[in-house]
Amino acid sequence: MAGIVGYGAYAPKYRIKVEEIAKVWGADAPSYKRGLMLREKSVPAPDQDVITMSVEASRNAIKRAGIDAKKIGAIYVGSESHPYAVKPSGTVVAEAIGATPDIHCADFEFACKAGTEGMFVALSLVEAGKMEYALGIGADTSQGAPGDALEYSASAGAAAFIFGKNDTVAEVEHTNAYMTDTPDFWRREYMHYPRHAGRFTGMPAYFKHVTGAATALLEISGTKPEDFAYAVFHQPNGKFPTTVGKKLGFKPEQIETGLLCPRLGNTYSGSSPMGLTAVLDVAKPGQLIFMVSYGSGAGSDGFIYRVTDRISKVQDLALKTTDYLDRETIQLDYGTYAKFRGKIRMSE
Amino acid sequence: MSTSARYWREIPQRYRYEASKCKGCGAVWFPPRLICAECGKREFEDVTLSNTGKVQTFTVIRVAPNEFCDESPYAIGVVELDDGVMIQCQIVDCLPEEIKTGMPVKIEFRKVKQEGQAGIINYGYKAVPAA
Repeated sequence: MAGIVGYGAYAPKYRIKVEEIAKVWGADAPSYKRGLMLREKSVPAPDQDVITMSVEASRNAIKRAGIDAKKIGAIYVGSESHPYAVKPSGTVVAEAIGATPDIHCADFEFACKAGTEGMFVALSLVEAGKMEYALGIGADTSQGAPGDALEYSASAGAAAFIFGKNDTVAEVEHTNAYMTDTPDFWRREYMHYPRHAGRFTGMPAYFKHVTGAATALLEISGTKPEDFAYAVFHQPNGKFPTTVGKKLGFKPEQIETGLLCPRLGNTYSGSSPMGLTAVLDVAKPGQLIFMVSYGSGAGSDGFIYRVTDRISKVQDLALKTTDYLDRETIQLDYGTYAKFRGKIRMSE
Repeated sequence: MSTSARYWREIPQRYRYEASKCKGCGAVWFPPRLICAECGKREFEDVTLSNTGKVQTFTVIRVAPNEFCDESPYAIGVVELDDGVMIQCQIVDCLPEEIKTGMPVKIEFRKVKQEGQAGIINYGYKAVPAA
């Protein structure tokens, strides 16, 4: 059965706290922290973007897979912040990891679920026997407009997964997808910042699609929430995945390992994929993992993984996701953050 | 200013740290050479440099060229990689005053510069404090 043969994550070193952003906009930090269940978010360094973080996450995935990168037959980078409007991020990433030239490449976009789309297609190509290995990446350096609620959560991070049929660390037992035309969040061409429909992003958008995908996934797999050791949901804030998990019947202890948002922010396309890497870092053979992503626009991808015996051999082969979160961070003031994120209008 | 073509030619070194090892005397050259400067032989095998090392020396740039002026002050250093090869690169993800000679570093993939607002982005290697 096809599954994940190697995985890896990357998070930048810089952070900004909710208090630091709230101070600038005269907002009430405690109520934002409570409402979003979020303390701080990661910020990419000025020399980091989706491509650089994807390369680092992919290198970690290759270390764990223990394969020759030349055997990777496809690379799909999912993001809403690809550095180029025209020129795939995957071209640079594939070149950097040494996977060119016999490789299929495409960049994916679907708000926050572009990463799991890439994973879905990479897995499917391997299952179809078109190639031995395929790489799916979710990465973002997401932007929130200054003063907007999204500015408190829009962060940066990446996760990469190499799919194959042999030597898996987690087999993919079931997948599904659930999608409708729901305009809850978007960015028009040439616009710098995305727009969103406020509270509309909740019930008819996030909750409807995550619940829709999750319920169908439980049904087609014949499983119940209590069968799973871990559950990972898309994390636009700390509150939504906690609420949706509870509604579906999952317990907090099944969700907390993969819930990175409170100290990382919403890494958009990297969100549920990074949560999955944090779970794989500690998972034990035989355990089941439930995962449902969400991307505005809107849709969800669902996956059920069964961890294999090989997991314990690869967990320590690369930096773990929590290593990136627990390492000493550099806290930014709002001015430096604004400079790093290109929010300051410079002289021509 | 470098050109897109030159950037492209240097991809194997800037992205993947590909070097050449002389089949005669074993000297490692980065970037690769056609003729070994140690023994004069012309046969090499491809090797990939280690991605960890130590800061040998460094300086802090406070008055930067135009392409880098947003980044100043920033550190440029000579890093001796674990396989003995010395490379020169920026040292980032720390304050310049925190950098010390002998400090262990890891090589990461970063943006080095961009060829103006509409030009290509130049990627390459930089050193960061080892985790």
